[in-house]
Amino acid sequence: MSLPLTSAELVGVDLVARDRDDATGQLIALLAAAGRVTDAEGFHADVRAREAQMATGMPGGVGLPHARSEHVAAPSLAVGKLQDPVDWGAPDGPARLVFLIAAPAGGDADHLQILAALARRLVHESFRQSLLDAPDAATVAEIVTREVVPS
Amino acid sequence: MKFVAVTSCPTGIAHTYMAAEALETTGRSGGHEVVVETQGAAGSTPLDPDVIAAADGVIFAADLEVQDRERFAGKPFVDVGVKKAVHDPTGVLAQAVEAVEAGAVAPASAAAPAAGPRPATKVDPNAGVGTRIRQWLMTGVSYMIPFVAAGGIMIALGFMVAQAAWGETGAVEVTQVPVQELISSFSIASGQDWAALLFQTGSAAFAFLVPVLSGFIAYGIADRPGLVPGFVGGSVSVLVGAGFLGGLVTGFVAGFLALWISRWRVPKGVRGVMPVVVTPLLSSLITGFLMFVLIGRPIANLMEGLTSWLNGLSGSNLVLMGALLGAMMGFDLGGPVNKVAYTFAVTGLATEGLATGAVQYQIMAAVMAAGMVAPLGMALATFIRKRVFTHAEQENGKAAVLLGLSFISEGAIPFAAADPWRVIVSSLVGSSVTGALTMAVGSDLRAPHGGVWVLPLISNPLGFLLAVAVGTAVTAALVVALKSMRPSPVVQAEQAADATAGARAGQPAVA
Repeated sequence: MSLPLTSAELVGVDLVARDRDDATGQLIALLAAAGRVTDAEGFHADVRAREAQMATGMPGGVGLPHARSEHVAAPSLAVGKLQDPVDWGAPDGPARLVFLIAAPAGGDADHLQILAALARRLVHESFRQSLLDAPDAATVAEIVTREVVPS
Repeated sequence: MKFVAVTSCPTGIAHTYMAAEALETTGRSGGHEVVVETQGAAGSTPLDPDVIAAADGVIFAADLEVQDRERFAGKPFVDVGVKKAVHDPTGVLAQAVEAVEAGAVAPASAAAPAAGPRPATKVDPNAGVGTRIRQWLMTGVSYMIPFVAAGGIMIALGFMVAQAAWGETGAVEVTQVPVQELISSFSIASGQDWAALLFQTGSAAFAFLVPVLSGFIAYGIADRPGLVPGFVGGSVSVLVGAGFLGGLVTGFVAGFLALWISRWRVPKGVRGVMPVVVTPLLSSLITGFLMFVLIGRPIANLMEGLTSWLNGLSGSNLVLMGALLGAMMGFDLGGPVNKVAYTFAVTGLATEGLATGAVQYQIMAAVMAAGMVAPLGMALATFIRKRVFTHAEQENGKAAVLLGLSFISEGAIPFAAADPWRVIVSSLVGSSVTGALTMAVGSDLRAPHGGVWVLPLISNPLGFLLAVAVGTAVTAALVVALKSMRPSPVVQAEQAADATAGARAGQPAVA
């Protein structure tokens, strides 16, 4: 638990993305730049495979691409706020908030607990709204870190 | 109303928990109590049985097989995908309420009315494909082993008694005593009759080997519906001469057929007779057809090939095989590699019509001898060179003697866990030496287990013991040498502490 799950450098605000894959790619670039993903292409392929299995668009305008992958160096969360929503396969409309979860293939239980807590928080409208209202990357990272403290 | 729910998804890090939260939150706002068991990657905490008992209904929002589904048997339930629970928790709850009112009952109840104790399997539904195949296989093998033990020991005893009763030709004579004679005129004082009785009873037990193997592989895969087609398939496999190879195939075929058929969505009227009539009937028929008409013959040919290949092995080839199997036995001390070698040996015992001294029996002897080496070697090492072992290991050494003598390789695990590579290298080399030597001295064994306690059943017992002793010495010498090269910090710390304590008490340190 040396490294926090997310930080300001892993948050992209006002992203402009053509589609789901483009948005995912931009977030993966953030992870790769921070050294948390060793092989951006390889990880992207793993995420695509997961996405092909079942789209991860969630209710309330959320995209939640994720994968457990051997190309992940440290369990990480990249957050993107899109200028224009893109379709993420959710029945209730396109996604404006995108959370990219990168979990190492052999992820230990502690980190998985945190990811579980994040998934649970996402269901709540108030949590999503606070992220949409956040003015900058640092605030987003701060909210996520504060809200998903494992219980 | 009170509900219990199970959520799961393929990756186990997002949907599982979102669905759980959505169901709990929506339930609360609708005045229902929902308790969720998240079967995700972060591990799952099983629901309290009291909570399940108190629940009115069950919600399965699971994309994976629900673990221990039989806990919910007899409860009204809905089965929806995890995605539906995330996107439409209100709808799912409404469906669940409806199910409770209609009294739809969880399916396991049809097959297992009381959900009482059931035969255990070694299957972990979360494991990967390779692991699960191995677990299915091991479920079958673990139920087969007692049959092999009972049958094998009786047959071996039968031969021993026969040698005494008839003399040299006893092993042949005993197989030719007609069963009718045994039934009509058994004499309690006749060694020949006892020999025949032991032999026939042992043979009867052996007749179950392939069906039990096949039946419990299918059981591992499909649960109870797998048993009938699995047993029938195994029996057909014996009929067509496909032996245990065929039994392995029928186990998997029958298991997946039964699993598939038992998941058919059928009209309510038919549902009741599915588990007792339709599933066993159809799955057995299809398995039988496949074995008799399609795949039975090629497997039988393969089986003959394997048997004649083994029988054709001699001299140095056998020794090589012994060395290889021995190395496998010593490599992971009861782990998967060890189990592959052991399964190979045990299933070999199930080959039909083997003569005394057959290669299959020699393989069993070599595998057992090799499996005894690691714990015995570690024990010997702790006796001859205490100072390279921790106090706990010295204690373990004493227990390892008995475990080793009883052919329980796992006795060496405490040593391997503390210092994996030195212990495994030593165990691997020593076990391999023993495997090769056992083949060289030509010992054979019909019992699948027992260590020195089945020594009377082993041919050339002195050679067998010698092989075990040499391997044990090799392992002990190696581990002592390897450990002396770089002493463990734990051992040094303990010795320092002992020295201080000893000096304070004015007496020599006890190592």
